[in-house]
Amino acid sequence: MSLKKVNPEQPKTFEFNEKTENIAQEILKKYPEKNKKSAVMPFLYLAQKQNNNWIPLAAIKYISKYLSMPYISVYEVATFYSMFNLSPVGKYFIQVCTTTPCMIRGADKIVKVCKEKISDKKDLISKNGECSWTEVECLGACVNAPMMQINNDYYEDLDEKSTAKIIDSIFRDKLLKPGSYRGRKNTSPENVKTINGREHA
Amino acid sequence: MLKEENKIFKNLYNNLGWEIDKAIERDDWKDTKEIISKGKEWIINEVKTSELRGRGGAGFSTGMKWSFAPKKIGSRPHYLVINADESEPGTCKDRDILRFEPQKLIEGCLIAGYATGAHICYIYIRGEYSFEGQRLQDAIDQAYKKNFLGENACGSGWDFDVHIHYGAGAYICGEETALLESIEGNKGQPRLKPPFPALVGLYGCPTIVNNVETIAVVPTILRRGGKWFASLGRPKNTGTKIFCISGNVNSPCNVEEEMGIPLKELINTYAGGVVGGWDNLQAVIPGGSSMPLLPKKICETIKMDFDSLIENKSGLGTAGIVVINKDQDIVSCMARIARFYKHESCGQCTPCREGSGWMWRILNRATKGETTLSDIDLLEDVTKQIEGHTICAFGEGSAWPVQGLLRHFRKEVDKKCSNDPLIKKKKDVPYLIDQHLLEKKNA
Amino acid sequence: MPKIIVNGKEIEFQSGMTVLQACELAGAEIPRFCYHERLSIAGNCRMCLVEMDKSRKPIASCAMPATEGMNIKTNTEMVEKARKGVMEFLLANHPLDCPVCDQGGECDLQDQSLYYGVDKSRFSENKRYVSEKYMGPLIKTQMTRCIHCTRCVRFATEVAGVPEIGAIGRGENMEITTYLEKSMESELSGNVIDLCPVGALTSKPYAFSARPWELKKTESIDVLDAVGSNIRVDTYGWEVKRILPRLNEDINEEWISDKTRYSCDGLLKQRIDTPYVKKNNKLVKSSWDEALNVIIKKLNETESSQIAGHIGDLVSLETTLAFKKFFELLGSNNLDFREKKFYINSEDKMNYLFNSSINGIEKSDLILLVGCNPRHEATILNARIRKAFKNNKTPIFSVGNPGDQTYEYKIIGDNSQTIKDIIEEKHEFNRVFDIAKKPLIIIGESALELNSGGFIFEELKNFLYQKKLISEKWNALNILIQNASTVGALDLKIINKDKNNFEFFNNIKNNKFKILYLLNSDNLKFEKNNEFIIYQGSHGDRGAEIADVILPSATYTEENGFYQNLEGRVQECRKASYPAGEALESWKVLNKLTNVYKNKNLFNSFNKLRDEVLEKIVNFESLNKLPKYKEPSKKVNNNFENESVYINPIDYYFSNSISRASKVMSECRDIKLKYQKSGTNN
Repeated sequence: MSLKKVNPEQPKTFEFNEKTENIAQEILKKYPEKNKKSAVMPFLYLAQKQNNNWIPLAAIKYISKYLSMPYISVYEVATFYSMFNLSPVGKYFIQVCTTTPCMIRGADKIVKVCKEKISDKKDLISKNGECSWTEVECLGACVNAPMMQINNDYYEDLDEKSTAKIIDSIFRDKLLKPGSYRGRKNTSPENVKTINGREHA
Repeated sequence: MLKEENKIFKNLYNNLGWEIDKAIERDDWKDTKEIISKGKEWIINEVKTSELRGRGGAGFSTGMKWSFAPKKIGSRPHYLVINADESEPGTCKDRDILRFEPQKLIEGCLIAGYATGAHICYIYIRGEYSFEGQRLQDAIDQAYKKNFLGENACGSGWDFDVHIHYGAGAYICGEETALLESIEGNKGQPRLKPPFPALVGLYGCPTIVNNVETIAVVPTILRRGGKWFASLGRPKNTGTKIFCISGNVNSPCNVEEEMGIPLKELINTYAGGVVGGWDNLQAVIPGGSSMPLLPKKICETIKMDFDSLIENKSGLGTAGIVVINKDQDIVSCMARIARFYKHESCGQCTPCREGSGWMWRILNRATKGETTLSDIDLLEDVTKQIEGHTICAFGEGSAWPVQGLLRHFRKEVDKKCSNDPLIKKKKDVPYLIDQHLLEKKNA
Repeated sequence: MPKIIVNGKEIEFQSGMTVLQACELAGAEIPRFCYHERLSIAGNCRMCLVEMDKSRKPIASCAMPATEGMNIKTNTEMVEKARKGVMEFLLANHPLDCPVCDQGGECDLQDQSLYYGVDKSRFSENKRYVSEKYMGPLIKTQMTRCIHCTRCVRFATEVAGVPEIGAIGRGENMEITTYLEKSMESELSGNVIDLCPVGALTSKPYAFSARPWELKKTESIDVLDAVGSNIRVDTYGWEVKRILPRLNEDINEEWISDKTRYSCDGLLKQRIDTPYVKKNNKLVKSSWDEALNVIIKKLNETESSQIAGHIGDLVSLETTLAFKKFFELLGSNNLDFREKKFYINSEDKMNYLFNSSINGIEKSDLILLVGCNPRHEATILNARIRKAFKNNKTPIFSVGNPGDQTYEYKIIGDNSQTIKDIIEEKHEFNRVFDIAKKPLIIIGESALELNSGGFIFEELKNFLYQKKLISEKWNALNILIQNASTVGALDLKIINKDKNNFEFFNNIKNNKFKILYLLNSDNLKFEKNNEFIIYQGSHGDRGAEIADVILPSATYTEENGFYQNLEGRVQECRKASYPAGEALESWKVLNKLTNVYKNKNLFNSFNKLRDEVLEKIVNFESLNKLPKYKEPSKKVNNNFENESVYINPIDYYFSNSISRASKVMSECRDIKLKYQKSGTNN
C-alpha cells in the first residue's frame, strides 16, 4: 500500500493546465449540473496524468475546490481506489497481475524478472528513475495469462524471456508494442486449428 | 456444439473488424428503429420470452429487472448503467465485447434505455481497461456520426446519450450499488438494500444496471426473436454464453457456446485440453473466483449452466473457467484468491472487512504448513460467519471459494497441518482435561 | 396502525419505523454499534441482524423498514450465531487493552461482548496496528480500537456540518481520520467522543483521570451560554472531572458544545478561595470579617445613589434576586446585567425570548437572521438550525454577515435600511417571506446594539404582529440572548422600565458611581476611575483584577440555582461539588454581608428565596416548561438611522471567566487563531 502513502515531498501548488482544463470542462458536461461531484474520479485521473502519474496533495485541494467537495471526501476517494498513486511511480509503471489465473501460469516468474531487472522491492523506482513495478490484483485478461500492464497497455501471454525483452526495451526508452507475446490473435484459441469446421487464426 | 449461424458475437477475436461499417455488415443496427417502434412492452416481453438471465454473475432475469423500472417517467429521470467493471478473476469476456463488438453493446444500450425509460446511459469501465475504453469511445463517436445516438437516436424518436465513466481499480465497484456510488463520486461502498436501484439508483433516480454481455445480446435476441434464444440451452438456462477458459489448459481462450455445454467438452474442444491430459485435472473454478471450485469427479459430467452448477453447490457466475491441474498446490491457489478478496474488500461492513483478511491469513499459514487441524475448523467457521451477514454479495464471494476448497479438498488442506498439538484424541482416557478440551463444544 | 410480529408477539408500530425500532417497541433488545437515532443509517456493523420470515439470510434490522405482517425473530439460533460471529470479527482486531482504556466501564463493545459474545478469542494472527491520529486538543485517538462504525464521520458531516472526518483506504486498512490529521473545526466536536462506541475516540483532557464508576454524577444544566443545555456533572471529591450531555429533546437533544463540555478544567484553576482586600494598592489575603467590614465602612460613607451593581453572565435567579434585595436595602436601584449597550424592552416577556422555541426551529419554513451569529452565540441552537436546513431544506437568510454557520444561507443586506425596507414591505425578500407559513426571525444582540436597535426591535415586532405571526400558535419573534443570567434578570426587573434604557451605562461613563459591586461580572467594559470596586465571584479574572475587595463565592457546579434559558424555561442547576476554600455559595455571601451590615438576614433560608424567585417569574408555567403566552403591548419607535449591521465577533472559547481559566479552551482558541491566520481552514 505504499503508493497510498502521502509522499513526503509535495509540490506547493497545483492547477490544471490549459489542455487538462479543456478536458475537465468536457467531462463536467457528462454529469448533471448538481452532481458535478461525479467528476472527482476523472479529475483525479487528469491530475495524475498531468503530474507524472501521481497525485500531489495540492491537486486534492484543487479538485475539492473545483467540485465544491470537502477535502476529506476527495482524499477518501483517492485512497480508496488502487489506481490513484499518492507517491511517485516510474515513468514506465509496470503492474504485474498475480491473481490465481495468472499465478498458475507463472506470474511469479514475471515478478522475479521485475525484481531482478528493476528493483528488488515493489513500488521502488529503478535506479535510473525510468521504471517501477508493483503487484496488482486481477487485470481481467485471464485468458492471456500471465500478463502485465505498462502504463495503459496490456502485455499478454508472457514468459520470462519476453518479459525481460520488454523491460530491456523500457530501459532503451523504446517500449515494445503491447499485445500477445506468443503471437496469437487476441483471445482466440491457439493449437486448435478449427472450430465448427472453420479455420481459426 | 453451437452452430455458426447461432453465434451472436461473430467478431470475438477481431477477425472481421470492429469498426461500425464492419459491424453493420454483421447486421448490427439492422431494423433498430422498427424494433423500438414495437414499444417498450413488446421489447420487455420478448426479452422475458428469451429467458435471458444476467451475465454478470447473479443470473437474475433481465426481462424481469427491466419491468421493475417505473412505467411512467416521473419528476426524476431514469438512468441506464452498464457494468463493464469486469474484475472477477478468471473473467475477460466483456473486454472482448468492448474491443471487438462495441456496436452490439451500444445498440443494446439504446434499446434497453428505451425499454426502461432512460435517456442517459453511463458505461462504467474498469480503469485498467484504458485501451478498451478508448475503443468504445471511438465506437460511440462513430455511432453518433451515423445518428444512431443523440437526439432522435436511430430515427426512433427517443433521445439517447451514452457516456463512459472509468473506475479506478476497485473490484467492489462491480457490485451494482457500489458502482452507482462510484459514479456519484464517492468511495465504492455498496448501499443497503432496499431500496433497490430500479427505484432509487443513480442520483436517487430509477436506474437499471446491466452487465455488458447481457445488453450486447439483446439486439440479436430482438432481431431473431426471444423464442430463438430460448431454443438454445434448456429452459431457464437459455441462449449462448461467452466462456473464458484460463489456467492450466493447452490453449486458453474465450469462446461463445451454447448454454449447458458440458465442461469437459468445452475444455477439450476449445482449450486444447488440460495440461498433462484430462487425468491431470485437479479442480475447476467454473464461474469466476467467487464460485466454489469443482473437483475432477464433478467436472467429468457437469453441464455449464446456471441451475446444474447450483445443484452442485457452485454457480455459473461470469462463466470464467479456471482450470487447475495436479501440478498446482490447490491450497496456494485458493490462498491467493483469499488474498484477492482481502485486498478488494471495501471495508464497510464488519464480517467482510475482518473476515476476509482472517481467511487469507489462515490459508496463507496453511500453505506454509503452519496450521493445526483446529485452525481449519476455525477457517470453516469464519467462512460461515461471513456468509449471509454482509451488506452485499462480496461476503459470499469471498467465503464460497474457501468453502468449496474445504468441501472438496479437505484432505489436502489437512495434510498441510503439521503444527498439530501433541495431544491426540484417545477414546479410552476421556477424563483427561486436555481430552475434554478437544471436544469442539468446549473449545 | 400497521402490525408486526416480534418473537411471536404482535404489536402495532408507526409506519416509517425500522425493524429495529419496532423490535424495541416490542421489548426485544437489539445490540448495535453503528446505528444511532440521530444519524443516518449506515448498516455497517451488522450487529443488529435478526431473522425475518421469507428471508434466507438474517437482515440488518436497523436498515430494514418495518412493514405490515413482517414476522421477526430475535431469539433464534440463527440470530445468536450471527451476533456471535459479528462480535468475534469486531474483537478480532480490537486490542484487549480494556484495563488501560478510558472507555472502560462505559464501552458498548465491552458491554455487548459480555452479553452476545464468546469468552474466548480464536484470532491468533497478529492484530492490526493503526497509527494514532491527531484530531485536536479535545479528542484523543487510539485507532487500533476503532470498529469502523462511522458514527463520528456521520456526526461531523450531518450534525456538525463540518465534513472533516472520513474513512480513508479500504478493506481492513480502512482508517478513520481528519484530513491530514488536522484538528476538527467545530464547536460540537466533543460529541464524537460520546458517539464512539469504543475507546477509539476518548476525551483528551479527561484522559486517564478517573473511572466512570468512581465518579459522583449530578444532573444539572449548563450556564456558559443562554441555551441551557442539559448536562451531567461528574465529580470526584471536589473536582469536576468531566461534563457530559443529558438528553433533552426540547433543548440540546443529546449534544453539547465544546465550551460546555471542556471548560470544566477552568473550574479548578485560578479560583478565589479566600477574601482579599486591597492594601497599599495591592490585593492581600484577608478574612471574611475584615473584608465585610471594609465594605460596610465604604457603604456607610457613600450616598446610595452613588452605589451601583452589575450582575454577571453566570448568575442564577436566586442570587440575582438576593442581590436586588440587597440593593433595595441600600436604597439604590442602579443595577444592570448587560455587558453591552443593547436595546431591551422588558415590558412583555416575549420581548427578550426565543419565542418560537428551539423545537420550533424544525417546524419553521423560513429563517431570517438579523445581526446574529448563532454558531458562536448559541451553538446548540445553531445545530438545530442546521438540522432544519438539512432535513427540511429550510431556506435561511441573513442581514449582516455572520460567517460560516455550517449551512448555506443568503445574505440579503448588511445595513439597517434592509430591515426598514422589509418592515415597509419594499424589499424583494418580502415576496419570499410572505409565502412562508411559519417564518422565524432571529434578532441578535448585535442588532440591538445599533443606534437603531430600538427601531429594529419594536418595528419588526409590530410588523410581525400585523402579519399575525405573533400569536399563541406561532410566534416568529426571537431574540438570541447570549448570557445565561439575562432572561432571569429581566424577569426579576433588574432594569427599571421607567428609566432610560442605558442610564447605567451613561452613569458609569460619567463617573457618577463611587461604589461598583460586580456580582460575578467579568465582561463589563468600562474605564475604572476612582470607583471602589467590590468583586464577588469565583475566578481571579477581569473583575477581580480591578477590585478593591474580593468576596469568594461558588461556581455553577457548586451551588443550586435556577436559570432561565433563552426560550424562558426555568431549569435547575444542581450542586455537584462544593465551593473552594473559604468561598461560600453566592446567596450566602449576600446574606452574610447583610448580617454584618444590618444585623439581619436577607433571607432566612434558601427555600424562601427560591419561592420568591418562582413567584416573580413572568408568565411562569412550571419548571422546565415554556412560559405562557400573553398578548403583547405595542410600542412605536421611530429612532431610525441607516448604519451597517456589524455582527460583533465573540471570542468563542474565552467568553466567560470559567472558560478563560481553562487550559483546554485556551488551546482550542490558539488552534483556531492559527488556522485563521494561515488560512488553512477548510
